[in-house]
Amino acid sequence: MKSPFTIQIDKRSEDYPKWLPSATSLGAVIIAFIFCGIVLKLVGGQPLKVLGYFFTATFGSWGVFSDTLVKATPLIMIGLACSLAFKMKLWNIGAEGQFYLGAFFASMVVLVPLVPPDSPKIVILTAMVLMGMIGGAVWGFIPGILKAKYNVNEIITTLMLNYVAIYWNNYWIFGKWSDAGFQMTPMFEKTAWLPRLSDYAKQITGLSGITLHLGVVFGLVAAFGIWWIMERSRWGYEIKLIGDNPKAARYAGLNISRNIILVMMISGALAGLAGMAEVSGVVHRLQERISPGYGFTGIIVAWLAKLNPLAVIIVSILFGALIVAGREIQPSGIAFLLQGTILFMVISSDVLLKYKIRLVRNKEEKA
Amino acid sequence: MSSLSSQNSPPLAVEMRDIVIRFPGVLANDHVNLTLKQGEIHALLGENGAGKSTLMNSLAGLYKPVSGVMKVNGEVVNFNSPRDAIEKGIGMVYQHFMLVPTQTVTENILLGLKQPKFFMNLPAYDGRIHELQEQYGLKVDPTALIWQLSVGEQQRVEILKTLYRGANILILDEPTAVLAPQEIDDLMKTLRSLVDHGKSILFISHKLNEVTAVADRLTVLRKGRVTAEGIGIEGITREKLAELMVGRKVIFQVEKKEQEPGDVVLDVKEVSALNNKGFPALKKVSFNLRQGEILGIAGIAGNGQSELAEVITGLRPCSGSILINGRQAANQPPGKIINFGVSHIPEDRTGVGSAPNMSIAENTIMKNYDQEPIGSRWKINFASVREYATNLKEKYSILAPSINTMARKLSGGNLQKVILAREISCCPRMMVAVQPTRGLDVGAIESIQSLLLEQRENGTAILLISEELEELLSLCDRIAVIFEGELMGVVAAAEANLTNIGLMMTGSMRSPK
Repeated sequence: MKSPFTIQIDKRSEDYPKWLPSATSLGAVIIAFIFCGIVLKLVGGQPLKVLGYFFTATFGSWGVFSDTLVKATPLIMIGLACSLAFKMKLWNIGAEGQFYLGAFFASMVVLVPLVPPDSPKIVILTAMVLMGMIGGAVWGFIPGILKAKYNVNEIITTLMLNYVAIYWNNYWIFGKWSDAGFQMTPMFEKTAWLPRLSDYAKQITGLSGITLHLGVVFGLVAAFGIWWIMERSRWGYEIKLIGDNPKAARYAGLNISRNIILVMMISGALAGLAGMAEVSGVVHRLQERISPGYGFTGIIVAWLAKLNPLAVIIVSILFGALIVAGREIQPSGIAFLLQGTILFMVISSDVLLKYKIRLVRNKEEKA
Repeated sequence: MSSLSSQNSPPLAVEMRDIVIRFPGVLANDHVNLTLKQGEIHALLGENGAGKSTLMNSLAGLYKPVSGVMKVNGEVVNFNSPRDAIEKGIGMVYQHFMLVPTQTVTENILLGLKQPKFFMNLPAYDGRIHELQEQYGLKVDPTALIWQLSVGEQQRVEILKTLYRGANILILDEPTAVLAPQEIDDLMKTLRSLVDHGKSILFISHKLNEVTAVADRLTVLRKGRVTAEGIGIEGITREKLAELMVGRKVIFQVEKKEQEPGDVVLDVKEVSALNNKGFPALKKVSFNLRQGEILGIAGIAGNGQSELAEVITGLRPCSGSILINGRQAANQPPGKIINFGVSHIPEDRTGVGSAPNMSIAENTIMKNYDQEPIGSRWKINFASVREYATNLKEKYSILAPSINTMARKLSGGNLQKVILAREISCCPRMMVAVQPTRGLDVGAIESIQSLLLEQRENGTAILLISEELEELLSLCDRIAVIFEGELMGVVAAAEANLTNIGLMMTGSMRSPK
């Protein structure tokens, strides 16, 4: 009663080709869609219709595609923040808090105010960008120095600081900065808004209602910057070496403590910049729940992108689309179903990088 | 010698015929034959990766051969798990001991057995294990905790473990690799006594002198094939064995040129340091090292050698003074000591000396990535990296598909060559080499030793820490012996006396000066 074939799993002894990781990831995403389709079919849905709607609702027109990109923008920056830290095996899961603190610091520019309110737009925005990055960097510095000096586990500290940041924000928006008792600050003056494509609707028709803002450019520039750091710079080499074998790095004379602090700060600054872009480009005020968990989705993004800064852009757009689709498709759980399935499939697909799986014909049993 | 009395009656203890074992991309054993007679000591020789351990693991039930026949005591066997092998009386002692450090000897021996079931009643079993020890002359306190035992004693526990499980055929995987000279002698006596009690022994080794000292017959493997099957030990020379293993003639005596050492490069004065557990590892150690000289540090593993290397290279804090070319190096960061012109071949080549998931190229630039032309102020010039790494790969004949191959895919010898290439290429004035040839095969040892001597001729001061006395004697100008963190004495290698060094290594003697 033996089947004529067996599945033979061999450990890969040689290096896999360069394209293989991208191919398996892409395959995993496709399989995830098929799997979700089957689930939908089983519960009596119409998978193809849902899939079609998923695409029209997220990529179907410039308007919805812009919405997708708006959602992808913070994910790109946070995905990069996580990729950089993870590359050194620093488990910064505090991007959420760094995002909030970046948003808070950027808002200080307007609300304290740190620069005169009648300053030109460029001055205010530059100040907000800098403050946003400083805010995030401060929130990265704390776990960084604790890890470097006292070897405190950064997973715990970054996670805990998320709550501190959220409640710190709440203190200000419920209290001193509250807009007439609502849990939000008054809306910023237009000079504190990041330029949006719709701002140019008068000059170019067709841009009206397109909410895409300058933040996406920050994200793209950051992606290329981080790519350059990781792949071309001396510092990137140090980060990789420390991440791969800290003992070897110490032996090679690297200053590990300094690098831990530096990486945590840059990582925090990127997440902080995402927070700044969100308040200045989308919400235009500081309020509760400016992040629907970007800081955590960013971790998934970094992981799915295999810590490749350029892949972070693509994965972020996919996840931005899932967020938009979650709003459009009812029940909204379908988007989460997809998100979870994609994560599961992509992580499982790593098996293909370690093993070769072949179908072999069973030989006649020898006596 | 052994009890090979009657030729016709007892069947062979082990007979392996045409054994083929395949791993992805590798033919580990290619139609290998091996026979073990009752009551003999049979040595299995071969270079690293020759397939010795694979063959023995298949006999111990760990791997299943693709084809071939295995007989134990004349009966065809087909092992599906180590348990099957144990039932047939086969016991294997691995190179890396499988013992629980916080448990007693008896507890370790009983681990995984069906008896005792629920209540341990250890004293009763202590008694039984004591009896077993008496029988074979393997002395270890049954109530001692494993971590309190020396490596030699731990090995005895491993042997007792197999005997307690009723093993008649013992397989020992490089049993002497971890032992001090005196402990090796004890082990040889133990092996003899086991054979006298009717056990049969297979032991894996690539140390030729041990094989000639203790084995009755031997089988040599090269690249998965048998090059000598069950030949008697009489009349075999070490040179002949080496040729069978490597496939070409091996020069045993590396050529060391006479040369006068130059100025003092390293001056260590009263250096003390603690080990990882916080106990004193070095006690007021003082010595110096000159240009163009190799100073050997001899000693049994764990007597402070690792700590000494770490202290000098800035990886461990210490007290006392370390002058390198007149500059204070004690308690300086590793980066600064690298800038003093000190290179370091670390003891742990995978854990410290290399980054496993980075390429050969990236591993070769670890010490000079920040220097022109490889690194400029901000960036790394990858074209020069490729050129640099390709050169080194060629010059040091590193065997790998390309310079982009990950370090973890390299064999021990090739990885060591990568490390050596890197450390020599940054033009050291001084080199700290810790166990540079440990675990390597004859061919690799030869090339690494000649590289060290070449460095000596170039005027590099070399501190060579090794447990191989023979290596120290052939390479060093002077040999210092360390015991429990103290230097017992320094002797000139030319007039060194093996017995005295052995006595110093065990702390029973101190040289006059």
